[in-house]
Amino acid sequence: MPRLVSHPDEVKVLSRRFGQGAANIDKYVELDGYAAVQKAIAQGEEMPTWIINTMKSSGLRGRGGAGFPTGMKWSFVPKASPKPKYVLVNGDESEPGTCKDHVLFREDPHAVIEGAMIGGLAVGAKMGFIYLRGEYRYLLNIMEKAVADAYAKGFLGKNIFGKEGLDFDIVTQTGAGAYEVGEESALMESLEGKRGVPRIRPPFPAVVGLYGGPTIINNAETIANAPHILLMGGEAYAALGTERNGGTRLFGISGHVERPGVYELPMGYSLRKAIYEVAGGIKGGKQLKAVVPGGASCPVLRADEIDVGLDFDQMAKAGTMLGSGGIVVLDETVSIVEFALRTIKFYQHESCGWCIPCREGTDWIKKTLTRVYEGGGQKKDIDNVQYLAENMMGRTFCPLGDAAAMPTLGFVKKFRKEFEDYIDGKRAGTPVMTEQELVGAGH
Amino acid sequence: MSTIANTIFSPELAARFDKLVTIYPVKRSALIPMLLYAQDEVGYVSEAVIQEIAKRLDLFDLEVRSVLSYYSMLRTKPAGKYNIQVCTNISCMLRGGYEILDHCKSKLGIGHKQVTPDGKFSLEEVECIGACCWAPAMQVNYDFHDELTPAKVDEILADYSAKATEKDGK
Repeated sequence: MPRLVSHPDEVKVLSRRFGQGAANIDKYVELDGYAAVQKAIAQGEEMPTWIINTMKSSGLRGRGGAGFPTGMKWSFVPKASPKPKYVLVNGDESEPGTCKDHVLFREDPHAVIEGAMIGGLAVGAKMGFIYLRGEYRYLLNIMEKAVADAYAKGFLGKNIFGKEGLDFDIVTQTGAGAYEVGEESALMESLEGKRGVPRIRPPFPAVVGLYGGPTIINNAETIANAPHILLMGGEAYAALGTERNGGTRLFGISGHVERPGVYELPMGYSLRKAIYEVAGGIKGGKQLKAVVPGGASCPVLRADEIDVGLDFDQMAKAGTMLGSGGIVVLDETVSIVEFALRTIKFYQHESCGWCIPCREGTDWIKKTLTRVYEGGGQKKDIDNVQYLAENMMGRTFCPLGDAAAMPTLGFVKKFRKEFEDYIDGKRAGTPVMTEQELVGAGH
Repeated sequence: MSTIANTIFSPELAARFDKLVTIYPVKRSALIPMLLYAQDEVGYVSEAVIQEIAKRLDLFDLEVRSVLSYYSMLRTKPAGKYNIQVCTNISCMLRGGYEILDHCKSKLGIGHKQVTPDGKFSLEEVECIGACCWAPAMQVNYDFHDELTPAKVDEILADYSAKATEKDGK
């Protein structure tokens, strides 16, 4: 069960109800719950414009990893549509290193529901879906109870909050184990009862999405911010962060730190401080070697590169990504070759096989790195890995190919010497898995 | 009464399925939840499960099979009563995920995707389960167990083993 943590540097907006029993609807209401959606409804005719403008002014950017401005995304949905519109909440959290939505669903499920309602009211959708990853069954149970409670109070269903003609329904469900389904178009396929393979874009979901209707699809953390933003005002939320990176976000700090946990920090907070102060520094007083700053798909940072602010733009400038906010900390004892191999093994396992560069690229990188790790590597292997990764970039329907290529490139470029040492037989590690197990693991 | 005559599912699950196919704009959307819930009850996705679900959703068996083969949590063979899923992805690996997996292997005497002879346990090495900040972690069926040590794993396995025996006795 998630252990809640706390640090004085935290700015608790999204997490302010955590640990207070807000999964109970009465408690949630007592803590300003469902006040934001009623505030929106009170705007009358102006409601959709008011919501979208407030979201735009908040500077909120997508918390799933891409960092697209939420208000702008919502504004792309056409006002008139012959097909029904939908809101889709992406809770298929599966980027390695990321467990923030786990805490959110458990501690504040109604914020996700209220956020989905606000998204629906903004674009004129009457139905929302909350899709959780299959492993989160106990969280689905929490969400289902929360949705049922909201229906019982008249907050969901027909004529919500007693407002004639205002309807909103929510359906919750889980997936069944597939990283790829966390990608927006694959998620829509899965929700339509199909294999989770990506769709080509354009058209974008805002125009042609779920069941062919205009759809807003947002990460669970993104959508759960909406009620807080409407209550506190867009500008006030924006002021908590940095320029073009409004507000706060949940950072999951894991790996070799003294106090791993999910912390809510303002956007732009120092990565160094997040590791050394918030998370208590490196476990056992060891030295820091590297940081994967935003989930497994983000290029690694060396120990001397962590004086950077945690926002989308500063991280991009540092040559990596803010991603999903999952900060994975590696101490001096970690073999980068082993870590790179474990990372690509994951992407190879999860590649849906739809696009050849991703399907073949992840497999060949895995095979090559396995050989290097096991001590049979050849000089050309490092360049081959780099060549494979470079040729996956931007050549697939969805970002999984990039997600596999980017960290691989980071490891071989920044820690090339370590790969060379393995090849030179200076550091052949004891394999953690046999070749048979590695190859067999991909089904 | 289920809409399907001679359903292979319990009356409760059949009723749940009757409702599930009505809540989506398109019936087929119920497919993945149905496969999961059927697996929970039957233990795996059997031929009979595939056929009945296909019938309920007006799909060909092949369409169900195609979707089934995509999702890693769905299985076409029985697992143990308690399916131990040990995460070895990056955050867990850094905090001893492989040691936990090895410990489970030696304790249970089985490897990846194998079942103990008494049918109590099966073991799987799985990818990230979303418990990175409480690593190393594993799931037993749908229950999370985290901040694991070999000693803690021993206790957990003993608890489930006792539970399995207790249920068999009834």
